[in-house]
Amino acid sequence: MILHDDKIKFLEEMAAKVRYDTIESVINAGSGHVAGPLDMADIFTAMYFHILKHDPKNPNWDGRDRLILSNGHICPVQYATMAHAGYFPVEELKTLRKFGTRLQGHPHRQALPGIETTSGPLGSGLSQAVGMAIGLKMDEKTNQVFALLSDGEQECGQTWEAAMLAGKLKLDNITAIIDRNNIQIDGMTEDIMPLEPLKEKYEAFNWHVLEINGHDFHEIVNAVETARAIFEKPVVIIAHTIAGKGVDFMEFKYPWHSKVFKPEEAKEALRQLRTLQGKIQSEHQ
Amino acid sequence: MPINKKSKLVENIFDAGKIEQKPTRDGYGLGLLQAGDENPNIVALCADLIESTRTEAFAKKYPARFVEMGVAEQNMASVAAGLSAIGKIPYITSYAMFSPGRNWEQIRTTICYNERNVKIIGSHTGVSVGPDGATHQAIEDIAITRPIANMTVIAPCDMHEGQKAAYAVSKIDGPCYIRYAREKTPVFTTEYSPFEIGKAEVFFESDKTPDVAIIACGPLVHNALLAAEELEKKGIAVRVINNHTIKPMDEKMIIKSAKDAGAVVTVEEHQIAGGMGSAVAEVLAKNHPVPIEFIGVQNHFGESGNPNELLEHFGMGVAHIKDAVKKVLKRKK
Repeated sequence: MILHDDKIKFLEEMAAKVRYDTIESVINAGSGHVAGPLDMADIFTAMYFHILKHDPKNPNWDGRDRLILSNGHICPVQYATMAHAGYFPVEELKTLRKFGTRLQGHPHRQALPGIETTSGPLGSGLSQAVGMAIGLKMDEKTNQVFALLSDGEQECGQTWEAAMLAGKLKLDNITAIIDRNNIQIDGMTEDIMPLEPLKEKYEAFNWHVLEINGHDFHEIVNAVETARAIFEKPVVIIAHTIAGKGVDFMEFKYPWHSKVFKPEEAKEALRQLRTLQGKIQSEHQ
Repeated sequence: MPINKKSKLVENIFDAGKIEQKPTRDGYGLGLLQAGDENPNIVALCADLIESTRTEAFAKKYPARFVEMGVAEQNMASVAAGLSAIGKIPYITSYAMFSPGRNWEQIRTTICYNERNVKIIGSHTGVSVGPDGATHQAIEDIAITRPIANMTVIAPCDMHEGQKAAYAVSKIDGPCYIRYAREKTPVFTTEYSPFEIGKAEVFFESDKTPDVAIIACGPLVHNALLAAEELEKKGIAVRVINNHTIKPMDEKMIIKSAKDAGAVVTVEEHQIAGGMGSAVAEVLAKNHPVPIEFIGVQNHFGESGNPNELLEHFGMGVAHIKDAVKKVLKRKK
């Protein structure tokens, strides 16, 4: 899984498209979460365009890796990435959160092929990923299981029940990635309910812990590669990310966890995402 | 003898001294093993209670298909959902207070809404759990499982039916909840007694057109039969129905019995609010309203004691059923 410079360029450009389409779909829906989807755009892009074994034309392919999104509320970024990866037409992103849509406000497995599990209520994704990892081991299959978690849901007791079991069973076929953006609905995580020392907590539960910059494709891909090479232990990658990444007035600000855009904000956010915060000349306003 | 011959019940059904006594949970252990012998995809998960939930035999015979979860029922429900995603058929077991009690939301979202093929086995239901007291006596489990879409809910009446239910759910592709009991109760059906999910069985039918239909589930079906026998001696014609499947309910049988008898008494070891009787009332209110009396726990918590004194104390004894029948007959027009 060597990452050539041209692939990095491709991933960066794809992540920019994913960010733009994510925010456009949420603006069009009139509601939905925004800070988390923006900060996870690079990891989702790396997953669907470089890391995962998957087949968008055959979403139930037995040989696929499993990607479990636990904090379902950031699904707009998963939808946008999946659309670009070929699971469904990009045009369909306009139906997000609308009546009859396959793109439910929180992801529903039966609604959209390629979604591995229904999620939304926090704290249950790691358990489901652990269940899949156990099942794959029982069948002596080598598919990888990736569990994408938020940092806020590290406050749920169930997350640690699952962590304890994965440590006990030495599930080396599971890699969890925590979106460490330090925000949650009511404020900064360390004010609401301190999670630190997060690395030491997972180590105490017999996990191997890696920490990365969640916006650096080299680091994302290297960490996943390292995780694959760790035996007898589950691996968690703590991905430090910038909430609201890509829009200057949203970055690092917890109120954007699920804030609705005012028309001027929407226009400005899309302008910044289109121009990479003014780094490139916009072809149209 | 008004016992329905087709139901193939034991001979000495009214002989309290001689009838064999075994807990319904024993049936679970046998049914799980039977299903597991037949289908290698069946796996079992347990939250630190393998002996008392009767998961032990399976765990010993198939250690590679058993996962000890520790005291973590929420994790157990969602891990089972994950196993189901890989094609396994997980049976998850604990006391009903903790599963489906403590882990209700995980069952709703990650199993039922997610359409995962998981069997939820709740042991220790009812006040007959006895000395452990109210914290361990699940009397709300039907009420919390019944409204969840996609869920099947079953309350077996004895050990044999417990085995058949545990086996039968392995053939259904979807979430099922089965409620079992801790205490020894009369084994009054046989291995030949019919059992089909969603099909209620007439166990007792007087020669005359019934004056009342007693619709019961769980081990209290036996109390309903004892009450029926005594009522018949007093000239009251009775039909007793073993309504083991609370969802999907055998509406045809319930409506027919209400039409035939014109009065209904429901019997269950569960809160009256939201229980099997409530489900019967929903069917009858819509299709054929008749007077109904409800036997069950009346908005109380349980307490410590021996099973029979608790059943009497909370109004679920044979005499209470007879009284309810007399009361409902007075309300008949």
